[in-house]
Amino acid sequence: MGPGGIASGGGEVLAAFETALKESKVSAEFRDRCSTHKVGCLGLCSKDVLVDVFTNGNKATYEYVKPDMVDRIVQEHIVGGTPVGEWLTKEDYEKFYSKQVKVVLSDCGVVDPESLESYLSMGGYSATRKALTTMKPEDVAEEIKKSGLRGRGGAGFPTGVKWETCRKVPADQKYIICNADEGDPGAFMDRAVLEGNPHAVVEGMIVGAYAIGADKGYVYIRAEYPLAVERLTQAIKDARSRNFLGKNILGTGFDFDIKLKLGAGAFVCGEETALIASIEGQRGMPRPKPPFPVFSGLWGKPTVINNVETLANIPYIINRGADWFASYGTEKSKGTKVFALTGKSRNTGLIEVPMGITLREIIYEIGGGIENDRAFKAVQTGGPSGGCIPASQMDINVDYESLAKVGSIVGSGGMIVLDEDSCMVNIARYFLAFTQAESCGKCVPCRIGTKRLLEILDRITTGQGKDEDLDLLESLGKDIKAASLCGLGMTAPNPVLSTLQYFREEYEAHIRDKKCPAKVCKDLLTYSILEDVCTGCGVCRRACPSGAISGEKKKPHKLDSTLCIKCGACFEVCKFKSVHRE
Amino acid sequence: MQEKLEGLLEHFQESGGNIISLLQDTQDAFGYVPQEAVYWFADKLDIPPSRFYGISTFYAQFHLKPRGKYIITTCCGTACHVRGAESLVNAARRELKLTEGEDTTEDRKFTVEKLACLGTCSMAPVVVINKKMLGKMTADKMTKELKALKKDDKN
Repeated sequence: MGPGGIASGGGEVLAAFETALKESKVSAEFRDRCSTHKVGCLGLCSKDVLVDVFTNGNKATYEYVKPDMVDRIVQEHIVGGTPVGEWLTKEDYEKFYSKQVKVVLSDCGVVDPESLESYLSMGGYSATRKALTTMKPEDVAEEIKKSGLRGRGGAGFPTGVKWETCRKVPADQKYIICNADEGDPGAFMDRAVLEGNPHAVVEGMIVGAYAIGADKGYVYIRAEYPLAVERLTQAIKDARSRNFLGKNILGTGFDFDIKLKLGAGAFVCGEETALIASIEGQRGMPRPKPPFPVFSGLWGKPTVINNVETLANIPYIINRGADWFASYGTEKSKGTKVFALTGKSRNTGLIEVPMGITLREIIYEIGGGIENDRAFKAVQTGGPSGGCIPASQMDINVDYESLAKVGSIVGSGGMIVLDEDSCMVNIARYFLAFTQAESCGKCVPCRIGTKRLLEILDRITTGQGKDEDLDLLESLGKDIKAASLCGLGMTAPNPVLSTLQYFREEYEAHIRDKKCPAKVCKDLLTYSILEDVCTGCGVCRRACPSGAISGEKKKPHKLDSTLCIKCGACFEVCKFKSVHRE
Repeated sequence: MQEKLEGLLEHFQESGGNIISLLQDTQDAFGYVPQEAVYWFADKLDIPPSRFYGISTFYAQFHLKPRGKYIITTCCGTACHVRGAESLVNAARRELKLTEGEDTTEDRKFTVEKLACLGTCSMAPVVVINKKMLGKMTADKMTKELKALKKDDKN
C-alpha cells in the first residue's frame, strides 16, 4: 500500500478484507492461516488497488480492487479455493515485471514496513551483523568500492570512494546523512523505498556510519511525505529497541544513532551543502565546493551524504557480495536503478531495471507503449536537471554516460513519457518556471539567468517570440551552466537546451506561425463551436466564465472570440466534441 | 496566544531545536506563522526578526497569511502537468471566484494551492482536499467536489 494505493482506496479495501474474513463462517477454521497485512508499493501503480492472495503457497494477484469486490474474492478464492478469474491481472502485468531486476525493491511489497519482526524474518539486519562483527571499516568501504555502486541521487559519484575518503579524514566527530529530500517533480522512488522498506535504509546508514567512523546520523526528509516520516520514525524506534542503533551495537563497541530532520520545502536543499545549512537551521543556500562535505560538512565536521536508494542498496551488497552486484549493469554503471515511469505510457509505476537496458525496452515492454495509441514523442529523464530524449534516440542504453551524451541525465530516476499531445516548449517552460522559483538567489547566473530564460520562454509560448530568441536561449543556457555555483543552476538550462536541440521546429512554429503544434499553449489557441455537431445542450454556455458562448436550448451555440479568455472550460465539459480547438 | 507561544518556546529550549523547527511548530499550532509570534520569539530569544523572516520566506512550507478552512492543493508535478493540472487549478479558482494574486477566499473558507510533487504520479493529475487524496481528477470533478464542500459547510 503505497501512496497510489492509498489514494485509490487501499485503506478501504484492507478494511473490507478484514471484515469479510471475520464474517465468513468458514474463516473460523482458517483463522490461523488467514491474515491481512499491508505492504509498500507493489510497483504497477496504474492498476491500483493491487491485492496479492496467497493460498497454499500459490500467489494470485487482483487488479483494480474495490471494496465491493472483496466479498466475492473471499468467498470464492480464499474459502472456496477458486480464484475469481475475471479480476486477476492479465498478461501485461507479467510483462511489466519480466524485464525488471529487483534489488532495492526486492523486499518492497513483500515485507511489512511497520514490523521489525517481518524484516528480521527475511534476513533483516544480517548485513549489519556481518559488517560490524566480521569486517573492518576499511573492508566495508572497499567492498562497496568494488561493487561499483554510484550515487543514485543523480550525480553518480562512486559511493565507496566517498566513504573511503571520509574514513581517512582525521576528526573527533563525523556524520552520515541520508538525503531523503526527494524534490524532483515526477519522481517518487525514494518515497516508495522509505514507505516500503524503511529498515533497509536504516541498515544502510548503520553500515555506512561504521565504514566512515560516524556515531551520529541524520535523515533529511521531506515533510510532504507524512507516511514515509511515520514509517521511518517507527523503524528507527524499533531498531533502537533491539540494539541495532544506540550504544555498543550488538556488543561490538560501536555507537550510532539516527535523528530525523523534516525538510521545509525547498528543492535546492537536495544539494549537499544547502542540505547541511538547512539541518543547521539556516536558509538552505549552497556554498562553494571545495571544501567538500567529506572534509568539512555538518557543523564543519567530515560528513557523508548518501541518497535513500544508494543506502538501500548497501545491505544487499554486503550480504551477497560486490561481485554479485557488479554482475548487473554496464562497465561504468553497475547494478540496478529504480525509475518512476509516469506520463503517457500505458503502464505507469515504479520499476527497477539493470543499468544499460535500452529506453525502448523500458517504454514499450515494461511501459506497454503509449496509452490510447497516440504517437510517442519523447521521454524526459532527470526532472528539472535533465532533458528530453526524442523518439529517434530510443535505442540508447540507460546509464550515466549514455544519457549525458544525449543531453540528459539519469538523475534521481524520474522518467516521464511524452506523446504527441505534449508541447515541448511548454515542457521546457514548465521546468524553467520550477527551477527559477526554486533558485536560492545566492549566485547571479542562476538567479538572474533562469529569470531571463523564463521570460524568453514566456514570450515564445504567448506568441511574442522573435527569431533571435532561439540563439539567445542557447547562449544564455550555456553561460548559466558554466557559471552557476551549484548543481541546480548548472543543470537548470538542460530542459531548454535539449528540447532546442531535438525539437527546434516546435519552437519555430510558436515563433513564426504563432501556432502550438501540440495544442497546449493557451495563448496560441482559438476556440470555436462546430455548429453541425453541437446539440445545444448548454453545458458549455454555463461553464463559460466570460459569457462568450450564447445560444438557445437545443440549437447550435456560438462562441464570440472577442470575449473568449481561452480558459478551455467549454472544451473540457463538452461531451459531444463540438468545441473545436486549433 | 501567549500561552501557546510559551509552550512552543519551552519545547524549543528543551529539545535544542533550531529556527526551522520552531517555525514548523508555530505553524502547526496556528495554521500559519503569525507576525506577532515572530516578534515575540525574536524578543525572547534575542534573534533579529529578519532571520525568522528570511527563513520563513525561503521555505515553501511556511505560510505568513491565515489560510482557509478547506485547503485545495493541486499537485503540479511533471506527470500531473502533462495531464492537465493547470486546468484543475483554473477550475477551482473559477468556482471560488478568486481574483488574481489571492489564494484564499474572502470568508477564509477555501485556499487554493499548488505543490511541486506529491509522488503519486500514477494517479495524475492529483488533488488533495483537506488531506484526502483524489487521483485522476478532471476540471469537472474539481467543480463538483467544491460545490459539495460549500453545501456541507452551510449545513
